[in-house]
Amino acid sequence: MRPQSSFDAIIIGAGHNGLTAAAYLARAGRQVLVVEKNDWIGGAAVSRSLHEGWTYSNCSYVCSLLRREIVRDLDLPKYGLQVIPYEGGASFTPDGDYFAYYSDHHALHREMARHSPRDADAYPRYAQMILRQCRFIRPFLLRDAPDPASLHPRDLGEMAYMVKQAHGLGRRELAETLRFWTMSIGDLLNEHFESDLIKAHLAGSGIIGTGLGVYSPGTAYVLLHHYMGDIDGGIGAWGFARGGMGAISAALGAAFEAAGGTIHVGADVAQILVKEGRVTGVALEDGREFHAPVVASNMDVKRTFLTHVERAALPEDFTRAVERFKIRGSSAKLNIALDRLPAFPAAPQHASFLRGDLHVSQSLWELERAYDDWKAGRWSARPYIDMLIPSQIDPTMAPPGSHMMTVFVQYAPYDLAAEGQRSGQNWTDAARHALAETVLDQITIACPDIRDRIQHMEVRSPLELETEVGLTEGNIFQGELTFDQLFFNRPVPGYSGYGSPIAGLYLCGSSAHPGGGVMAAPGANAARTILRREWPRAPRKGYAA
Amino acid sequence: MSIATDPKLGLIDGPVHPRLAALNRAQGWYGWAGYAAPSMLDTVEFEYFALRNQASLFDISPMHKYRITGPDAARVLNRLVTRDVAKIATGRVGYALWCDEEGMVIDDGTLFHLGPEDWRLCCQEPMLTWLLEAAWGFNADILDESREIAGLALQGPTAYAVLCAAGLDVAHLRPFDLEEVEPGLMISRTGFTGDLGYELWTAWGDALPLWDRLWQAGDNLGLRAIGYEAVNIARIEAGYMVAGVDFQPAHATERLHRGHTPLELGLGPMVDLTKGHFNGRRALLATKPRSLLMRLDVEGFKPAQGALVYQAKRREVGHVTSGVWSPTAKRNIALAHVQIPYAARHPSTLWAEIYTLEEGRWDRRMARLTPVKSAFFRPPRARATPPDLI
Repeated sequence: MRPQSSFDAIIIGAGHNGLTAAAYLARAGRQVLVVEKNDWIGGAAVSRSLHEGWTYSNCSYVCSLLRREIVRDLDLPKYGLQVIPYEGGASFTPDGDYFAYYSDHHALHREMARHSPRDADAYPRYAQMILRQCRFIRPFLLRDAPDPASLHPRDLGEMAYMVKQAHGLGRRELAETLRFWTMSIGDLLNEHFESDLIKAHLAGSGIIGTGLGVYSPGTAYVLLHHYMGDIDGGIGAWGFARGGMGAISAALGAAFEAAGGTIHVGADVAQILVKEGRVTGVALEDGREFHAPVVASNMDVKRTFLTHVERAALPEDFTRAVERFKIRGSSAKLNIALDRLPAFPAAPQHASFLRGDLHVSQSLWELERAYDDWKAGRWSARPYIDMLIPSQIDPTMAPPGSHMMTVFVQYAPYDLAAEGQRSGQNWTDAARHALAETVLDQITIACPDIRDRIQHMEVRSPLELETEVGLTEGNIFQGELTFDQLFFNRPVPGYSGYGSPIAGLYLCGSSAHPGGGVMAAPGANAARTILRREWPRAPRKGYAA
Repeated sequence: MSIATDPKLGLIDGPVHPRLAALNRAQGWYGWAGYAAPSMLDTVEFEYFALRNQASLFDISPMHKYRITGPDAARVLNRLVTRDVAKIATGRVGYALWCDEEGMVIDDGTLFHLGPEDWRLCCQEPMLTWLLEAAWGFNADILDESREIAGLALQGPTAYAVLCAAGLDVAHLRPFDLEEVEPGLMISRTGFTGDLGYELWTAWGDALPLWDRLWQAGDNLGLRAIGYEAVNIARIEAGYMVAGVDFQPAHATERLHRGHTPLELGLGPMVDLTKGHFNGRRALLATKPRSLLMRLDVEGFKPAQGALVYQAKRREVGHVTSGVWSPTAKRNIALAHVQIPYAARHPSTLWAEIYTLEEGRWDRRMARLTPVKSAFFRPPRARATPPDLI
């Protein structure tokens, strides 16, 4: 039998959003093919074993944003997905102290009061404000962003919904919301807290993955983006996928295949085929061609339109808008296999907060200086690190007694400066090694014996994220989460509805609304749009929303 | 004697109380058969996830335990319970329930076939007189072992690894197998969580060293002591019912017609009407089920505990006995009694009326209910033999 070459829809890229879109389309009865350039699925939600006995969540490493509606629609637990929350976190100081974050209110209050009684009392009001903002924004995640310039009834309806929600906030709260979306996390924290260490601890979520500093406008929203997820209704809670983040992709892939879908790995798309303004399929690097009237790209907007579509097929203003799209790499990652749990001399034995996210940044000022290095094309001399040891909770990640450590590192530029030249190609082995040494020096603030514990280490610069996963410049969100490219501006004005100037060609990745993170919302929203536009009469099975 | 010094008042310590008390940071206790049992030791959420992701230890010693021995032991039990105990081989454990003469369930529990003419029954409710009545005229002895035998439930994906680390070889135990692995220590591959797990049975006085042995073995395997609230979420996910919650033990109700037949609890296959006479058989032959205990998937995210069930949003046809958000199945799940014609109707037109109290305001939601056939969570690891280490 000849392999099937014609489908109803082709999804380019088996990232979590591509697989989500594919699963929804397949469940609606469509014949769907997913093509993935790597020999494995998952994009940036992968678990790979690079050292025998240990499993890394190589790229993304924690889970919260994955929309529970989607988990339920696609029945992901049935396909093996188990999400486990982790508890607490801490920021360590060079003089042997720490600030610990607890999910228990009273424990947190006692711990904060140790650093600042005033901050301990300020925290509940800060948290309430954040949760209010989350409550406001969460319903928009699984809705289409309206185009304010459009008179289409759908856009008008979505616009009316938005205005109604905003109006419901009241004058004071709406002003707060607009301020929140545009201000910096540094300014926001300074309004509430006095302790440098507490502010540094809370600021991390405002800069993770973004090419902005703690005092750059828009970083308060980035923090919100990290808080608007939940685990079992606990808003802002984060956890691990049992078996690493690849377990999410594996469950999505299994759900897709159970719905009759086909996945081809090792299938690198060379060109998206377009004929007379309409997409007709994809041509692979190995010469194979697959045809479909609908193609949805899980690649970011730049990679999709600037390198996989013939420029002549696109209107010039659209192409230029895509070229302007900000997608700056700002982070690196260390995945470390440890022979046993490193010592944290400052922490009490068996401290629960060691099972959470650990940091060593001392102040907002230090974080801003770290950003300055990035602007100059260097990795930060004292980088912000978000470090976790998931094997304390997830027994599948390392042999018993041994551990796996994931260290997210910021800032690391994509276009590293070397000998007066800025280029991604400057990320040589020597550069990556030097970066790792800088990061390990930082880690010694918390655990001085870290270097003695290392069995194996994977060092990922923004360049690896681009070449292996395909994220342009290694930006983890498929584009900055700043207000000029969020919501109806995402990815570019006029194209927030997952479509493109080419009929039948859609975006289903994080470049589209509502943006990055392992959320699966762009994939689910794109599938809904595709079904509505391309097969308006087909039953839309499996949408809880 | 003042109230404060009467030792019969208040809750008494179980066999591993010193360890539980030291771990009980949340100071959450409840009364289980008169014993102080932990409702939660730390946080329900993390105890629950230890159970589903690593391993958990829970003291089940307050269960009632009865030893049935003698040439007629099996005949006594066959007269007592609704299933045919001849099908429970030596070295096996069987779930069983038993009824009064009207066919109403008195209690359910597990029957351990320890050896020839040697059985143990574990259950929630005190059952000594009922057992003695069942044994009347038979050549069998009934002994209340409730205070002689302690039990520890070790449950979760690394439970087998913990036993290995403790030097206990149970690789060959299939679900519902039991074996005396060491003199005075019996392990059964049983549990109330639907997950991979074991129950360890030993003399009351040996429970503390056994706890310590497991605790040490579980150090690198995420072993966590847990309270009942975490167990309760797991047992609803597994679709297991609890006496006094999901059904009312016939001997414990003063109001009439509160009892349920096994059929009404969805346990028809546990009744063998061909095996000969047993308590309640005549009534079960004569009566038709009035309602059915259903497993339901509840729309939305608000737990449906205590909700009334409606047909087509109008006619009241039942009520939810257990309802919880399942953190593992990621579904809103419930067990509910539903009147028989409405329970069988397809497609389902059942709704739950859920009341919520959020920040000082009561609200009402109607949530669509979808019947679910099997357990809400039934991982393959629970059945794998030999089991996986993680």
